[in-house]
Amino acid sequence: MSIAISDTHSRRTWWRENQQKLTPYIFLIPGVLFFLVYVIIPIFESFWLSGYDWDGLGAKTWIGLDNYRELFDDEAFYTSLKNNVLWLVLYMLAVPAGLGIAIFLNQKVRGIRAYKSLFFFPFVISQVVVGLIFAWFYAPNFGLFYNLIEWATGSGIAILADPNLVTYGIIAAGLWPQIAYCMILYLTGLNAVDPEQIEAARLDGAKGFRMLWYVILPQLRPATFMAVVVTVIGALRSFDLVSIMTDGGPFGSSRVLSFYMFEQALSEYGYRMGYGAAIAVILFLIMMVFISGFIWKMVDDERKGL
Amino acid sequence: MFPRPIEQQSQAIRIGYQVALPIALFLWLLPLIGVAITSVKPASDLAAGNYFGMPSAIAVNNYAEIFTQSPIGQYIWNSFKVTIPTVIGTLVLSCLTGFALGIYRFRGNIWIFFMFVAGNFVPFQILMVPVRDMTVNLGLYNTTTGLVLFHVAFQTGFCTLFMRNFIRALPRELIEAARVEGVSEFRIFWYVVLPLMRPAIAALSVLIFTFIWNDYFWATVLTTSKETQPVTAGLYSLNGQWIAQWQLVSAGAIVAALPPVAMFFLMQRHFIAGLTLGAVK
Repeated sequence: MSIAISDTHSRRTWWRENQQKLTPYIFLIPGVLFFLVYVIIPIFESFWLSGYDWDGLGAKTWIGLDNYRELFDDEAFYTSLKNNVLWLVLYMLAVPAGLGIAIFLNQKVRGIRAYKSLFFFPFVISQVVVGLIFAWFYAPNFGLFYNLIEWATGSGIAILADPNLVTYGIIAAGLWPQIAYCMILYLTGLNAVDPEQIEAARLDGAKGFRMLWYVILPQLRPATFMAVVVTVIGALRSFDLVSIMTDGGPFGSSRVLSFYMFEQALSEYGYRMGYGAAIAVILFLIMMVFISGFIWKMVDDERKGL
Repeated sequence: MFPRPIEQQSQAIRIGYQVALPIALFLWLLPLIGVAITSVKPASDLAAGNYFGMPSAIAVNNYAEIFTQSPIGQYIWNSFKVTIPTVIGTLVLSCLTGFALGIYRFRGNIWIFFMFVAGNFVPFQILMVPVRDMTVNLGLYNTTTGLVLFHVAFQTGFCTLFMRNFIRALPRELIEAARVEGVSEFRIFWYVVLPLMRPAIAALSVLIFTFIWNDYFWATVLTTSKETQPVTAGLYSLNGQWIAQWQLVSAGAIVAALPPVAMFFLMQRHFIAGLTLGAVK
C-alpha cells in the first residue's frame, strides 16, 4: 500500500519536473505526424515514383530516367513550360495593379469600406466560378468581351478558341482575383505607413510618384514580399482555370505543367503515374528556386527577431 | 496618410473621386454582374438574342431548375461535409502545434516550424500521385473522409504558421506567472492561452472554410461520384451537361459561390486579419 503511494508520488514529481520539456513534443505529435504522412513523405515518394512505369494499379517497372528522357522530347511538355513562364511573368502584373487600386481606395470618404470589400470580392469566390464567369465573358457571339471587341474593331475574337491567345485570356481571368488579393495586402500595408515620415517628406517637397517610390514603397516592403510570394505560388498552381475554361485546349495550347501532369496521370488516355510524377518533379524544382529564396528570407528575419 | 486625403483637395477633385468610385467598381465587377443578370434571365431571352439588356422577366425558375434537375443540392451538401470537419480538425491540430512552437524553446523548434512553412509552398501536383494512392489503399478513395484527412494535414501547415506567430505575440508574463503559481502546462494551454487565441481561431476558421470550399484540384483527384463530389468538382461536370444553357451555368455558379461570400461578409474583419498576416511588420 505504502509502496504504491510513493510510486505514484514519484511518477507525479517526475512528470512535474519534466513537463516543460515533454509538453511541446506531446502537443506536436498529431500535427507533425499528419503533415509528414500527407505532405513531406509524398514529396519524396513522387521523386521515387518518377523512375517507374506505372499505371496506378498493376506492377511498377523501374525505368530509371526514361520518363525524363521522354519528357525532354515531348512537344506538349515544352508548350506547358512556355505557358508556365507566361503565367509567372504576366501574373506579376497583379502586384503593381493591386498597389494601384489600393492607393486609389485608400481614402476616408463615406462608404469606402463597402467599396473596399466589393473590390476584394473576386478573391472570395472559387476559381471554378471565376473560370465560368470569364468563359461567359469571352464566349463567341454573345459574350460581353467578344461584343466589345467586335464593336471596337469590327470583328470579334473568340479568345478561348484561338491557340495563340487562349493562355492570355486565362491569365487575365486569373489576374482578377489575384489583383484583389494584392490590393488587400497593400491596403493593410498603407494603413500602417508612418504618417510622420510622410509629413516630413511633404515638407521637403516630395509628392506623387517620387513620394511613392522613395518614402512609401520602402515602408510597404513586407506587403510587397507577401504579394510576390502569393502571386508566384498562384501562378505555378494555375490548374483550376485551365481545367474549367479550356481543359487544356484548343489542341493542348493552354496547358500548363500542373494541368499536363494531371492529364498524364489520370486522364482518359490512360493512367501514367510515373510520367505524371516526373512532370510534378520538374514543377517542384521550378518552385524550389522560389521557395528557397522565400525561406531564406524568413529564416533571416527569424534570426534577427530572436 | 498616402495618398493625400481627398478632403484636403479641391472640390472638383473631390467630386471627381466620388464619381469615379462607382464607375470603377462597376467596371471591376462587370463580368460578375453580367453573370448575375444572366442567371435570372428566362431561356427565351437568350434564344432571342437578349444577352445584355435587362431580363424580360425575373426567371427565378432557373434556380429552381438547377435544384430539381441536377444534383447541385447534393454537391453543396457534400461541400459542407468536407469543409466543416476540415475546419475543426485543422484548428485542433494547429492550436496544439502553434502552442508548442510558440511557447517552448527546444532543439529543433525552428526546423519543425520551417517544415510546416515550406510544406505550404509546394505545388499540389507533387503530392497528387502518392496521396491518391494512399487514399485508395486506405479504402477512402471517393469518400468525403479521404478528402477531409488530406485537407486537414495540408492546411495544418499554414495554420501552424499563423497560430505560432499569434502566440509569440502574446505577453509571456502571463505564462510565467501561471507557472510560478504551479499551474500545469496542460492547464496553461487550456485556461490561459486558448481563451486568448479566440481572434486567431475566428480568422482561421473563415479562411480555411473559404479555401476548402473553393478547392477544386483535390476534389477532382480524390472524389468521382455525385454522392461525394463537392460543388466545385460538381460544377465542372454540370458545365459539361449544360452546354450553352448559360442561364443555368450562371445560376449554378452563383449558388456555389454563395456560402464563402456569406462567410466573408459576415466575418470580414477576421477574414482580412487572417489574410494580411505578415503584410505589416
